[in-house]
Amino acid sequence: MTTTDGVPDPGPRTATQREVSAEIATAAGAAPRTDGHPDRAYLPYRSTALRAPQRPLVVSPPSLTELAAPVFGIADVTPIEADLTRHHTGDPLGERIIVTGRVIDGDGRPVRNQLVEIWQANASGRYRHEGDQHPAPLDPNFTGGGRALTDEDGTYRFVTIKPGAYPWRNHTNAWRPAHIHFSLFGTAFTQRLVTQMYFPGDPLFGLDPIFQSVTDEKAQQRLIAAYDHDVTEPEWALGYRWDIVLDGAHATPPDTDDPDGA
Amino acid sequence: MLELTPSQTVGPFFAFGLPFSGGGDVVPVGTPGAITLHGTVRDGAGAAVPDALLEFWQAGPDGRVPARPGSLRRDGRTFTGFARVATDRAGDYRLRTLRPAAPSDAVQVRHAPHLAVTVFARGLLHHLFTRVYFPNHVQANADDPLLAALDEERRATLMAVPDGGVTGPGYRFDVRMQGPGETVFLDLSAHGLAQPPAETVETPETP
Repeated sequence: MTTTDGVPDPGPRTATQREVSAEIATAAGAAPRTDGHPDRAYLPYRSTALRAPQRPLVVSPPSLTELAAPVFGIADVTPIEADLTRHHTGDPLGERIIVTGRVIDGDGRPVRNQLVEIWQANASGRYRHEGDQHPAPLDPNFTGGGRALTDEDGTYRFVTIKPGAYPWRNHTNAWRPAHIHFSLFGTAFTQRLVTQMYFPGDPLFGLDPIFQSVTDEKAQQRLIAAYDHDVTEPEWALGYRWDIVLDGAHATPPDTDDPDGA
Repeated sequence: MLELTPSQTVGPFFAFGLPFSGGGDVVPVGTPGAITLHGTVRDGAGAAVPDALLEFWQAGPDGRVPARPGSLRRDGRTFTGFARVATDRAGDYRLRTLRPAAPSDAVQVRHAPHLAVTVFARGLLHHLFTRVYFPNHVQANADDPLLAALDEERRATLMAVPDGGVTGPGYRFDVRMQGPGETVFLDLSAHGLAQPPAETVETPETP
C-alpha cells in the first residue's frame, strides 16, 4: 500500500469502509454545529484524533486587526493564474471545465477584489506533491494551483480540468470524491475560510469522512457546485457554478488604515 | 442571513496551492527593527506536524492595520502585514516581520499588540485562530481583555518567548494543537454576525 497522506497510520489496524460508514452514520445523528462547520473532532476522519483541540475555544471579541483583512490586488495575481490549463506549454489531459461563482457575506454583499486560491489533483486523481504516491500518472502539463481576484460583484472564474477521485489511507479502500480546494478571504480576518468544492452526483459522497464531517445535509449541499449550461462554452468547456458564503457580515472597521493604503 | 459555506480541511497537498515565495518575509533582511518569529507545531502526542500552514496578520509598528496589496509578490518596501508559512518536516516555521503596535484608536478594546494567527493542517476540519503577544508590553498585556481572562498557564501559550535571533531579535512561538500545554484557540464569532465593530468595544478606561 502506498500512502497519499504522508503519515504513518494512526492505529494498529485500518478500519474497513463498513466500520467507518457506521461511524459516519452515528455521527450524523448528533446535533450539527449551529454554524454548519464540521466538528474538529470527527472520529471517522482519523487524522483529527491528535489534531483537534480538546479544550473549548476561548470566546474573545475580535481585535481591530482581526476585523480587517489583508488586501490583495493586481500586483499579487496575474490573469493567467486563473487558467490552470495554460500553466505549461501543452494542454493538460482531462475534461476542461469552467468554475465560477460569487463570494458573498452572510448579508449577500459581494466580497470585492479579494483573493481566491484553488488547488487540486489532475484528471487522474494525482496531486503534484511528493507526498502523493497514488500510482496514477502525473500530467506534465498540469500543476493544479490557481489564483484569482473577485470582481466588483464578488465573482471569481477559473478554467481548469475536472480532478479525478483518489485513494487515501484513512481506512481500507478509502476514496475521496473529486474536489477542488478553495481558500478565501473576506473583509475581516475572522471570515477566513478554506474549504472544498465538490461535483454534483458523486457516488463517493456517502462514503467520505471529510465530506460527511459536515453532518447537516443542507450544509453538505452548499459544498457541491451546480452544473450550469449558461456557464458552459460551446466547443470548449463545461461550466460549474459555486457561490461561497463567508461567515459573518462585518461593517467596515473604524479607519485605522494607512491613509496611503489601497 | 444566508447560510454559510462550511469549512473543509486544507488536506496534505496544499504545498503547490497556498505557500508562496517570500511568504514569511514580511520585511526584508536587514530592515531596522526586524524580528524573527519561529516555532514548532505539535499534535496531541507531541509529534511535530510537518503539514501545517500558518498565517499571520498584524498591525505595523505605527499601530495601523495595513490595507496595502503586494503580499504575494513583495516589493521589498511595502509593509503588508500578512505572512503565510508552511511547517517543514520538523514541524518548524519561521517568519521575519516588525513588532506590531496596538491599533491606536483609544475608543476601541484595549488589545495589547499582537499578531493574529490562523492554523491550517491536514486533520483539521476547520482552521483555528490564535494570537501571538509579546512579553515586553507588561501593562498592555495586563489590560488585554483576552489575556486578562486566562490563567497563567493558558496565557503563556499566547506569549512569544525571546530567544535571541540571528539577524535581529528573535522570538519563539510554539503551537500545541492538542494536549498538555494546548494553545489557546479563539472563538471570534461572539461579536454577533451583523453588528458593527463598535458593538465590541469596551468602555474606555476612566481617567
